[in-house]
Order: sequence, then structure tokens, then C-alpha cells
Amino acid sequence: MAVTVPSPTPTVEAMSPWLEAWRVFRSNKAAMLGLVILSVIVLTMSFGPSLYGVAPFDIAGAPFTPPFTEPSVWLGTDYLGRDVLAGVLVGGRATVLVGLAAATVAVTIGVSIGALAGYFGGWVDTALSRVTELFQVLPALLFAMVLVTLFTPSLTVVIFAIGIVAWTGTARLARAEFMRLRHLEYANAARAIGAGPLRLMLREILPNALPPLIVSATLIVGSAILFEAGLSFLGLSDANVMSWGLMIGSNRRNILECWWAVTFPGAAIFLTVLAVSLIGDGLNDAFNPKLHLR
Amino acid sequence: MTRNLWLVLRRLGLAFGLVLAVLAVNFTLIHSAPGDPAMVIAGEMGGADEAAMAAIRKNYGLDKPLPEQFVTYIGRSLHGDLGTSYTYNRPVSELILDRLGPTILLVLTALLGAICIGTLMGVLASRRPDSLFSGVVTVFSLIGYAMPVFWTGILLVILFGKVWPIMPIAGMRDVRMMGAGTWASMLDVLHHLVLPAVTLGLIYVAQYSRLARASMLEVLGSDYIRTARAKGLGVWAVTFKHALRNAMMPLVTIAGLQFGNLISGAVLVETVFSWPGLGTLALDAILGRDYPTLLGVLTFSAILVIVANLLTDVSYRWIDPRLRGR
Repeated sequence: MAVTVPSPTPTVEAMSPWLEAWRVFRSNKAAMLGLVILSVIVLTMSFGPSLYGVAPFDIAGAPFTPPFTEPSVWLGTDYLGRDVLAGVLVGGRATVLVGLAAATVAVTIGVSIGALAGYFGGWVDTALSRVTELFQVLPALLFAMVLVTLFTPSLTVVIFAIGIVAWTGTARLARAEFMRLRHLEYANAARAIGAGPLRLMLREILPNALPPLIVSATLIVGSAILFEAGLSFLGLSDANVMSWGLMIGSNRRNILECWWAVTFPGAAIFLTVLAVSLIGDGLNDAFNPKLHLR
Repeated sequence: MTRNLWLVLRRLGLAFGLVLAVLAVNFTLIHSAPGDPAMVIAGEMGGADEAAMAAIRKNYGLDKPLPEQFVTYIGRSLHGDLGTSYTYNRPVSELILDRLGPTILLVLTALLGAICIGTLMGVLASRRPDSLFSGVVTVFSLIGYAMPVFWTGILLVILFGKVWPIMPIAGMRDVRMMGAGTWASMLDVLHHLVLPAVTLGLIYVAQYSRLARASMLEVLGSDYIRTARAKGLGVWAVTFKHALRNAMMPLVTIAGLQFGNLISGAVLVETVFSWPGLGTLALDAILGRDYPTLLGVLTFSAILVIVANLLTDVSYRWIDPRLRGR
């Protein structure tokens, strides 16, 4: 009598999906470049200002000193004689912190609204989709400008203003994912053993919806940074906190006399957003199994 | 036919609902801001004048209960009365209509230019996805996305203001051209439009080229393209007539969704180039604490986005006959 031999366990050990994603991400040169640039920027803004030791609002030399001429003010001075290098070193802190905090607010609002709409469907979905539509037709920057003007322009208000205008994309994405996942077998199984809606949403569906949400969160960080820069350029952020956007905005009237005071902080914003979006693209490829089979 | 008509009416109804919702947001903002709502409406200019404040309280019925105030506010706004600007001493709706033209000119030039150039770049890149040109398009789209739009504008101002002065870098008209004929002054406006439109359009060229490339690559892989090639159609006919039409859908969707961002970008670009549009009006309103004007600009821009979304919907049906009657 023939004995059925149990099939041998596969010799290749199954990787966890996160490890697999990291493997794909690591082999992506552009994404790794983004990670390196971002690490350098974060290290520079963390330790640079205290190593350099010049306060960004202090007068450090004669106004309009061109860059690479005076060793004491290597990147030159602006129209008030403030050291451009000191501003560039410290100016990223506000920009990046506001960007991260605002993206957190946006993702929290977006995922909550999208999850409720996608999970419950019906009238909840209709109502929440209308709310999402409303926030989509309000031009984000103008709406944030109104919020910042009506309330005081502190960093907290700026964070919430950006967060409140930036969540709609995430909400649409989360809604689609929750709709797709809520009737899959594992969700039904969890429901059958008595899991309530909250548990189902948070413990069963959300972890499986995470990959696309993480990618979109990364992209929101990028656009929130651009947003903060835009608001401070317009002079609508906290005027007592040096940021890249504020440097460009305050030197706007004198750009023809001192190009360096706007070019360097702008380049810093550009590099930061570029790094974040390279990382976002890399995460997208890493989490999307269809793409890396090609 | 009647079904189509019903669909159009439903669309218009939803759009009208959105306008009401935008007004409701404005109302909520006025009443949730710290301080007296009359003060918010009057701004700092009118706030000093007790008689003006009393007039506002009476006019806006601020002594009445909130629901009644809300109905009054909606009613006034729907009649086109968005309040009075105390900085300019003119009705807000008049101020906005003056500034609407330049903004629409700027936004549409940038959008249409970006759609044409971006799509063309994306289509050409998709023909040979591994070529050098395709790589250049990808890098360009990454760079275009990451450049802050006001910084791009400032770099162009430095370039054309200092290094190579062939373009006007501020305003919409040259003072010396005031008495000139229609054609000459139109050319003058177009000359002033070049840099702002290029600045605003650049981000969208970047986005459209990237999107068009991805969308075309997907479409070019499908069976009907192979069939079209197999029956002997030329490369260009297949690319532009068969593939592009199908690859257009995501592009149109994005154009509709992006319209709000486009207006946000226009605010920054107008500031850099002193373009006399809604964006500079909003910024002046902020500096002068002129809240009725600021909220009026917000309302009007939202209406622009709503109209743009309606047009997007119409163009879906035009591009894809399968959607007609749905």
C-alpha cells in the first residue's frame, strides 16, 4: 500500500512582507539616494546650528555680503546683515517638524473618515463623501491662509491649518481599501467569532490597508513641507521662528540685490521634498508586488 | 434623453449644494474666530468706528439668533452680496470680478500648456520606456514636483531681471503701454504672462508627463493596441488615436482634482510676479485685516473649482462614449 509522503517543507524560508519590502526598497538606487539625502538633512538641522553657533536672527556682518567672499559669513548675509548659513542650518527644523506634524494630523483625519465611510457604507459613506468633496473644492492654500489669519499664526495653528486641508486624498484611498477589505474572508471570520466594528477596523482591516496608506502619508509629508514653506513665504507663519520659507519671504523685496539669501534656503526645501518623494516612490514600488515582478 | 437631462440636473444640484456648504464653512469661520463677529466682518479698519460697527450688527442681524443669522447670510451671499471691503470701500463682489480675469487667464494658460506639453512628453517617453529621453522625463518630473513654486518664480525673476532682461518680471501691463491699441496691449499682457504661466505650469508639466507616461505604458500593453498594429496601422496613428484617447482618462481626472491646487499655486505665483489676480487680492486683504474680501476670494475660488469639476465630468463623456448616459 502506497504511503503518501507529506510534501517537504520548502527550503526557502518565507520572508515577512515588511522584510521583503525593505529588500526591494534597498535595491532601489533612487529611493536609497533619497534616504541618504534626508538623513544628511536631518543630521545637519539637528546638530548643525549648535556646532555653527551663530543665531539666525543676529546681525553677523554688513548687509548684502555676497557668498564665498567673507570666511565668517560663508554663504553671505541678507538685507539686514543676518547670516544666511545660520538660517539655512536652523530653518529646516520648523519646516520639517511642521511638515511631519501636519501630515500626522492629515493622515489621522483622512484614515478615520475614509475607514468609517468604507467600512459602514450606505448613508455614512454618502455623508462623509460629501464632506470630503467639500474640502476638495476649497483651495487648500487659501483655506489655510484664512484659518491662520482668523486665528493667531502660531506653529500649532499652522500645523492644524495644513492638516485640515491635506487629508482628502488619504480619505479617498482609505475608503477604497476598507471597502475592498471589509468582506474578505478573514474579516468575515473575525466577524463570525464576534469581533465588533472597532476591533475589525483597527485590528483586522487597518494592518492590511497600511502599505498604500504609508505611501500616501510619505507624499503628504512632502506636500506639507511645501505648504509650510509657502505659508511662511507669505509671512503667515510664526515670525519669531526662523524657517526656510520665512527667509525667502523676508528677502523677497531684495532678490535682485542678494540672490543668495533666497537661493540657498529654496534649494534646501527643494532637496528635502525631493528626498521625501524619492522615498515615497521607493516605498510604492516596494509595497506593490505587481510592479516588481515586471 | 430625459435620463441625461435628469443626470445633468442631479449634477447641478450637487454642485449647488457644495456652494451652500462652502458658504456654511465661511459662516462657521466668522463665528468661531476669536472676538466679536462684527469685528471680524469689519476688520481692523471698520472696527475703530462705533457707528460702522453698529451698522454692521444691524445689517447682518448679529443681534438675532444664530440660525436666523445663518439664513440671512446665505440669502445675501446667493444674491451676490459678499459684504463691503472696508479697505477699498467697495462691494467685495466688484473687487473680485475685477481680479477674476487675470487669475483665470493665468491658471488656464498654465493648465492647458501643462496638459499639452506634459502629455506630449509622457507619450514620447512611453514609446521607448528605457531610452535616455524617458529617463530625462522621469528626472524632470521629480524635480518639477519638489521645487517650491514661489522659489521657481524667484529664480526666474533673478534670471530675467538681472542676467537676461528680455521679459517683464512684475505686473500685467507696462505703464508706457497705457494709450496703446488693442493688439499692442494684448501682446503686452501676453508678454507679462509668460513667466508667471511658465512658473505655475512647470509643476503640472512634471506631473502630467509622469502620469501620461505611466498611463500610456499601461494602455500600450493591451490587446487592442496589438490588433491595431497587426492590421498595419502606423506607429503614430496607433499612439495618438488609439492609445492616447484611452490613456487620457486619468489625466482628465487629475486635471479636475488638481484645480484647487492650481489656484493655491496661483496665489504664490501672483505674489512673486505682482500679478493683479485673486491671490494678490487675498494677500492684501490679509495684510489689511479685510475679512469680507478674504472670505469672498475663498468662496469665489471654491466656485471656480466646482465649475472646473463639472467641466471635467462633461469631458469624461466626450472622451469616453461608454460613459454617456451613465
